[in-house]
Amino acid sequence: MMRLMSLLGAGVALLFAASLAIGPAEASFGQSLTSLLRDDGTPFTLVMREIRLPRALLAVMIGASLGLAGAAMQGYLRNPLAEPGLIGVSSSAALGAVLSLQTGFAAAFALALPLSALAAALVGVLLVLMLAGPRGASMTLILAGIAISAMAGALISLVLNLSPNPYAANEIVFWMMGSLADRSMLHVWLALPVMALGWGLLSTLGRGLDALTLGEDAASSMGINLSRLRLSLVVGVSCVVGAGTAVAGAIGFVGLVVPHLLRPFVGGRPSRLLWASALGGAALVLAADIAVRLIMPDRDLKLGVVMALIGAPLFLHLIFKTRRELS
Amino acid sequence: MTALLSLERLTALRGECPVVDDVTVAVGQGECVGLIGPNGAGKTTLMRAALGLLAAKGASSLTALSPAERARAVAWLPQSRDIAWPMTVQTVVALGRIPHLPRSTKLRPEDQAAVDAALAETGLTGFADRLANQLSGGEQARVLIARALAQQTPLLMVDEPIAGLDPAHQISTMESFAALAREGKSVIVSLHDLGLAARHCTRILMLSQGRLVADGTPAQVLTPERLNEVFGIRVFYESTAQGPIFQPTEVTR
Repeated sequence: MMRLMSLLGAGVALLFAASLAIGPAEASFGQSLTSLLRDDGTPFTLVMREIRLPRALLAVMIGASLGLAGAAMQGYLRNPLAEPGLIGVSSSAALGAVLSLQTGFAAAFALALPLSALAAALVGVLLVLMLAGPRGASMTLILAGIAISAMAGALISLVLNLSPNPYAANEIVFWMMGSLADRSMLHVWLALPVMALGWGLLSTLGRGLDALTLGEDAASSMGINLSRLRLSLVVGVSCVVGAGTAVAGAIGFVGLVVPHLLRPFVGGRPSRLLWASALGGAALVLAADIAVRLIMPDRDLKLGVVMALIGAPLFLHLIFKTRRELS
Repeated sequence: MTALLSLERLTALRGECPVVDDVTVAVGQGECVGLIGPNGAGKTTLMRAALGLLAAKGASSLTALSPAERARAVAWLPQSRDIAWPMTVQTVVALGRIPHLPRSTKLRPEDQAAVDAALAETGLTGFADRLANQLSGGEQARVLIARALAQQTPLLMVDEPIAGLDPAHQISTMESFAALAREGKSVIVSLHDLGLAARHCTRILMLSQGRLVADGTPAQVLTPERLNEVFGIRVFYESTAQGPIFQPTEVTR
């Protein structure tokens, strides 16, 4: 367990450094780091501090968030196919962003778009909690999440459908693909407090998720308060996913694939999987964001697209593995 | 003698229809209580209502406790045999220690001792490092029994634990419950095998249509009239040199 965590930690540190060192402005790795740490009066310090650092930080934050949220959702629903988007928050956040792009509000001030997305995510999570009802059952939560996702998806399509000019529609479509390009420290400071709250809430779930391995009845009889657990889960996942979607758009597959890949290495225990998945998610998003810049530096390849291109084959592999186990 | 469980006019409704109807009963220390009744008599509902897992009218001494206290007062083994993740047998059994762990999920030496004892009691010591969800159904059932034993509570409530076990493990499971009762703990076990109930239980509760229709020693409860009336069966039931022999022989309706 310790070995796995230090391995993943080392991987994240390495990829973080690589992410800082890669970009169109040519500089050696050493020069990049000195410019980052010490203002040497060159424009390169600006590049490091205002472009590359926020990008690398956001990759870590969003990757960790998605991994953590995915592990928590899978643990709670006792289903390896669960993912953070299941409770409808990412769709609601996307709807908020799309509306702000469509109305032109996104251009009003720097953080108009992410703030609209966060506000819509909040509305979405309140609706889900209301629909799911007061008791701690998981079935109603999934149904409520699917209903909200479907509704938000339909409204996004409606906005695109009625969009009067193709440029706005184009902008919306590109935003929805998800990207970390051209984000600033402002985005980091907006997302960080919300995400930190979510990380705090999700980190309290370990015991309860372990107990849920034996089913809701058994967990409840072992002193786990399922209503409180579900509330912490929903609010925690909403914070991290809402904030992530608000600053980077929709990035799929991380929350689905990472916990699934790491589960055998933590002995199947949901409590251990939480933090392993956080590190794994951070590493995966950093790697994908590096790939985006290396493969087609001049074509603005979107992170969400690359993630799906990596994620879908991994998912296929999981399907074949499961089929082998079943036969 | 202190009661480990006392129910006062417990009534659980499904819609308008009472599934558990006005049950008053107390279970003290050192009892191995068999809960019997035909399908749909309300055995599971009675236990879940007593544990506070579903809303019910009347009083249960267990629902008066806080969730944390309750988890150290009673262990509950539901009928559904859920092991959601590929965990080793040892890890699954260790989940039973969750109510005793102060904060984290790290086992202390006394927790490990409880886990080892539960593994030994259920004959699973050799399976400790196998993946629980790859074992056979009966073996998984024993893993979950071990989990409940590892919780080391004064009272154990188990819902049809021996369904699907081979004869040897049916007998050894009932024997380990009887042994717990001899140590002063108590077990409430629902089961359909009336022969095993007659042989290993110190007391039988018979439910019919949600009502408690008989409460006493096996010989007092398992009378031909009641078995005919409640279960619709005729039985052969005699005390022999090998202990009580109980065998249903035919259906009466």
